[in-house]
Amino acid sequence: MGWGIDLKGIVSPFTALKYLGKHPHTVRYPYEKKKTAKRYRGFHINDLEKCVGCGNCAKICMNETIDMVKVEGIEPKKGDSGLRPKVDYGRCCWCALCVDVCPTGSLKLSTEYVYVDEDPNSFLYIPGLERKEYEEKVGWTCETELDSLLDLERVPMKIMPPEERVKTFAEAVYGYTVEEAKREAERCTGCGVCISACPDRMHIPDYIKAIRDGQFDESVRIIYDNNPLPEMCGKVCTRRCEFNCIMTHRAGQDNAIAIRWLKRFACEQFESYEEVLNLEPQPLNGKKVAIVGGGPSGLTVAYYLRLKGYETVIFEEMPKAGGMTMAGIPKYRFPIPSLDKQLNHIKSVGVEIRENTKVVKGEPKSSNEVSFEKLKEEFDAVYLGIGLTQPMKLGVEGEDLEGSIQALPLLRAVNFGEKINVGQKAVVIGGGNVAMDCVRVLRRFGVDVTLSYRRREVDMPADHEEIHEAKEEGVVFRTQTIPVEIIGDENGKVKAIKIQRAEMQPDPKGGRPRPVPIEGAYEVWECDNVIAAIGQKADYSFLPDEIVEKLDLQWGKIPVNERGMTKVEGIFAGGDAVNWTADAISAIADGLKAVKGIDEYLSKK
Amino acid sequence: MSKVVKIFHGPQHPGITGNMSVELDLIGETIVKAKTHVGYLHRAFEKLIERRTAMQAFTIVCRICVPEPDPNEENFARAIEELTGLEVPERAKWIRVLVLELSRLAAYHLWMGGQAGSTGLYTVPQWAVGYRDYILDLFEELTGGRVYHMYIIPGGVRRDLPTGFLDKVSEVMDFIESKLPEFDRLFFDNAVFKKRAIGTAVIDPETAIERGVVGPPLRACGIASDVRRDAPYEVYDKLDFDVITETGGDVYARALVRRREMEQSIKIIRQIIKYIPDGPYRTKIPYPMNWKLKAGETYVKTESARGEFGYYMVTDGSEYIRRMNVRGPAYVHGVSLLEDMLEGAQLADVAMIMNSLGTCPPEIER
Repeated sequence: MGWGIDLKGIVSPFTALKYLGKHPHTVRYPYEKKKTAKRYRGFHINDLEKCVGCGNCAKICMNETIDMVKVEGIEPKKGDSGLRPKVDYGRCCWCALCVDVCPTGSLKLSTEYVYVDEDPNSFLYIPGLERKEYEEKVGWTCETELDSLLDLERVPMKIMPPEERVKTFAEAVYGYTVEEAKREAERCTGCGVCISACPDRMHIPDYIKAIRDGQFDESVRIIYDNNPLPEMCGKVCTRRCEFNCIMTHRAGQDNAIAIRWLKRFACEQFESYEEVLNLEPQPLNGKKVAIVGGGPSGLTVAYYLRLKGYETVIFEEMPKAGGMTMAGIPKYRFPIPSLDKQLNHIKSVGVEIRENTKVVKGEPKSSNEVSFEKLKEEFDAVYLGIGLTQPMKLGVEGEDLEGSIQALPLLRAVNFGEKINVGQKAVVIGGGNVAMDCVRVLRRFGVDVTLSYRRREVDMPADHEEIHEAKEEGVVFRTQTIPVEIIGDENGKVKAIKIQRAEMQPDPKGGRPRPVPIEGAYEVWECDNVIAAIGQKADYSFLPDEIVEKLDLQWGKIPVNERGMTKVEGIFAGGDAVNWTADAISAIADGLKAVKGIDEYLSKK
Repeated sequence: MSKVVKIFHGPQHPGITGNMSVELDLIGETIVKAKTHVGYLHRAFEKLIERRTAMQAFTIVCRICVPEPDPNEENFARAIEELTGLEVPERAKWIRVLVLELSRLAAYHLWMGGQAGSTGLYTVPQWAVGYRDYILDLFEELTGGRVYHMYIIPGGVRRDLPTGFLDKVSEVMDFIESKLPEFDRLFFDNAVFKKRAIGTAVIDPETAIERGVVGPPLRACGIASDVRRDAPYEVYDKLDFDVITETGGDVYARALVRRREMEQSIKIIRQIIKYIPDGPYRTKIPYPMNWKLKAGETYVKTESARGEFGYYMVTDGSEYIRRMNVRGPAYVHGVSLLEDMLEGAQLADVAMIMNSLGTCPPEIER
């Protein structure tokens, strides 16, 4: 190009001189401050009330910025670990993944990003507890489902359509396929908040992880660590874990991780458990434990004590062990082969189950009876897993009429394949799971069923899924109705029921609203049967009177210590007759407590 | 008799892009031998990524190039998507291209500052870096971060466009475009720059192909090569733009390619503003910590402001990436080619030549 003069190239740069004396277009810090964008990723803010301490934020943080720490004033409770995130700003890279995996939406970032201090420790703080001033400057948040990195939608469970269901006692829920189960297991963040809600403290994240990894046998082994009836729990558990699942905060109850179905899936992968578990019980140590009642708690005690080397014998009054899971729960929810599979495994380790054997007080009158006193004498310890077998009565006129029956005997008869005698129309009274079982069973016999409950539907203690499915099957729900009288015909048979409508009034003590009968608002419903499903109580008639006295019953329940021992030495108890939650998983938990207690007690003896 | 003097240019030198140094053997002002020394910025990105799940690793890749992090994010996301068979919604693809082109504009502004600054023209950096901040403002509004956007994730983008965002983009584009002629007068037509740049560090087309030169340095030799056109990704096949070439092969030709490509970027962004479709901005992925990546291997590439930027990724069916290799343009341009280019050059031109080749040490060392 040579040294020729490029005049334009020399002159044109001087056009920049026109900017001389003009205001700069940049922010003149510190006189002006830059306004941060709405989405800015600055310091953390956390709503400590909303946060449940699941630790997802700490887990996803690749810089290990977040530690979960104990905060004064926040106690662990069901569905809340009691821990809160503490952030280290020497490590944070402001990626906001912690916000995007927060299940409650409590964790956010602020638009604040300048902090100067001479104390290096002040760069570690617990958002929400310290630096509250940031809370007004909300920056990056995770609001919509698409924003969230959590997989909030449950893999749907296939279930028999209602019109098919009412024709059969075949199992209504079909269960997950391998692919579905893995996909559902993938949703679980493994936070473990659910464990605190499980009465039995099952290792939920661990067995879900095993399913995710395709190690179904490992999953069953983890489950069997503290639950000898997992397939039952996988089908009919009250699943307190799911109600406390962190997914429910954003996605609602129906999108909790399907913990129950996953457990069911793992168990259903095997024809029998012997090979999977490959257990070798300890050799017998010469000590014997008698277990009265072969329900979930009794089976638990027998199984785990046998593994520890105790000789365990279950005395079961009914032709088959299983307790309420056999006699109470209808077979479309929990089929007999499933129960048999678990009973067989329990028997395979050496547990003896004496069916059709009733424990009585005093001398036995037949070969099917065995005296309690003798048990006490022959065995080193006795466990009472007697459950609640006596139905409560309505306490209204006409309850003794023919056709007025109780839910439990009805369900028991159906489950044991006995003939039942019901008419065309029935009214079931109650709002619990037993009432739901009852109405749904009756629908399967083609009965026209009306359910009467004195409170509102939201107040029903029954599982919301059961309520929904009962409605699908054509059960008529009449809430806020109180039975007044059962009307009989000239032959002493039920003809109708008289009810009184009620209105809900707030409880002056601040409890849940109470139903108060509306004066004169009576209705008469024609029906052939009235079935009371309003609760049940324990039957202690088989115990000698002095022992009943020593047990010191409280509101019909047996008080026990933290090791499951009653106030009578050597007698342990658990299950529905002890706890107030009265479900299978609590019974199993009680059983495990007693296993420790009995082991400790007999080791010292 | 000529005496050889050995000096270190960098790693602490304002004219050096990033932290690297060049060991120079000088006779007088003329370089007789140059040796590059890298490693000052080694942060083991590739190794760190092997220990993290895909979503955790995504926060690292943007750090492989500070001036232009988005091609890294896009590459990474697309590699994971190709391996796992994840479909990306249409809108997300358009948003990604918008982000990529904005980032190209921002990177070219920063380059302009560096190129002019290394030539001794100090007004240009003031302007260029100032105007770049308007683009960073846009990024801040869109992604929550000015420099590290961490926005393009496997499956789409993290958030939708904020309301009124495209209007703001449009305004900034008008502003940037209005300033380009001023840069022409101040810098590209500047006699001083032309004098120093024309005929300096010439790469002929044969050498360029032989050495694997990519991006603006390749196009400056007259070879019309652009990943956006040769192997279109996202929605580049639906957009109208030209592949810019020059023929000089020298520092000045490379500068002109970049200058003209800024106009093309603005053109692309305007098309996006006009045609971007509605719809979801993300496909849901499994919970990131449990997401098992299907076993496989893939190579993906984007056209970054410095040329073809490639990721080679191998997965083994676990949640973790088995191996990831970054192939950045600076690896080719900034080490051996730079050494050759510097031979016979003047000491004062070292920084200028480095800038014109688009050297970026973090991606050499990743």
